[in-house]
Amino acid sequence: MAGPMRIRAKLNGDKTTVRVLMSHEMESGQRKDSSGKLIPAHFIQDVSASLNGKVVMTAEWGPAVSKNPFMQFEVKGAAKGDKISVSWKDNKGDSRTDETTVS
Amino acid sequence: MKLIRKNVVALVVLALAAGQAMAQKSASDSIAEYRAMLQDGNPAELFEMHGEELWKQKRGPKNASLEQCDLGKGAGVVKGAFVELPRFFADTGRVQDLESRLLTCMQTLQGIDTSSVSTRTFGKGETANITALATWIAAESRGQRMNLPQDHAKERVMYEVGKRLFFQRGGTHDFSCATCHSSEGKRIRLQDLPDLTKNPGDGIGFAAWPAYRVGNGQMWSMQHRINDCYRQQRFPEPKFGSDATIALGVYMGVNAKGAESIAPAIKR
Repeated sequence: MAGPMRIRAKLNGDKTTVRVLMSHEMESGQRKDSSGKLIPAHFIQDVSASLNGKVVMTAEWGPAVSKNPFMQFEVKGAAKGDKISVSWKDNKGDSRTDETTVS
Repeated sequence: MKLIRKNVVALVVLALAAGQAMAQKSASDSIAEYRAMLQDGNPAELFEMHGEELWKQKRGPKNASLEQCDLGKGAGVVKGAFVELPRFFADTGRVQDLESRLLTCMQTLQGIDTSSVSTRTFGKGETANITALATWIAAESRGQRMNLPQDHAKERVMYEVGKRLFFQRGGTHDFSCATCHSSEGKRIRLQDLPDLTKNPGDGIGFAAWPAYRVGNGQMWSMQHRINDCYRQQRFPEPKFGSDATIALGVYMGVNAKGAESIAPAIKR
C-alpha cells in the first residue's frame, strides 16, 4: 500500500500553484532483481486533479516517470479554502486519493 | 569578397564568446543548478511525513510512542536536537548519534526487537523506519547551525578517535577517508568531494545528511553514507551504530561547527 501524497496548493494572484509529491515505486519493467529475474512493471497510469470536486487536470503516465514522482501545475479560479484533490491509479489497479486546501 | 571576410570574422568572434561563456559555468555549477531545481520537489518530504507519523505512533510490545525519547535536549524535544548530535548520554553512558539513539529509544520505550537493524537491511523494516525518523528529526532543525557539544570527556575522546579513523589507511586499495576528503577541489567523476578535515561550509558534508538520492530513489541516513564510504574504500564495513561510525560523526560534526544544516538534502 502506497503512502500518502504530499500536496501543497498556494494561491498567487489569480493562479494557484499545486505541487504534488507521490510515494510510488514506479518500477519500469526493465530492471532485473539479484537473481536475474525481470521485476514486473508497476507504475502510475492515470492522474487526475480536481478543484472542489470538478476535474481540472488529467494526465496519462508511463513507466518512464521517476520513482516518487513530483508534479506541479497551475489552476485558475481557486480561492483560499477551496479543496484540491489529486488521485492516481496504477497498472496493478492500486489507487490513492489525497486532498488539501488552497492557502 | 569583403563582405564574406567580414562574416567570417563575426563568426570567429561568436565562437570565442560561446567558448568563454561555457568555461565560466563549471560542471559543479550545473550540478548545483540541477539540485536547486530538484529541491522544490524533494521526495525526502515523503520520508519526513512517515518519520513524524512513526514518532507519534504507539508501537511495539509496550504500545508506546517515541514522544518521550530524549535526543539530548530533554525528553520529547525534537527541535534543535539534530545539530547537537552525536553527543554523550548519561543513561546509556556513551556517545550516540541520532540513529543509535533512536535504536535505544525503540528498545527501551517501545520494547521493539531491533535485532534486524543492520547495515544489510538499509531501506527495509525497522532500519528503514529509523531512517524515516532521522529524516523528520533532521528536518525539524533545518536552517540551524551545527553545534555539537564537546564538554564531556567522552565526547572529546570520540573526536580524537574519529580523527584517527578518518586518517587510518587500509583495505585492498590502501584508502582512508582522508584520501578523498582532506583537500579542496577534488572530485569523483562530477561529484565534488568536500574537505571534511575542516568546516566545509553551509549544507555540505555532515550538514546535508540524511539525503534523498535521485539516482536510486533511496533515502540515505548518515549511517548509510558512512557505511557506503567504507564499502567504496574496500574496507570491512562497520556495524550499524558502531562506535567507529559515531566517532567519525563526532569528528565531522565538530569540524562543521557553525555550518547551516540543510538536511534532509537531495543528491544526484
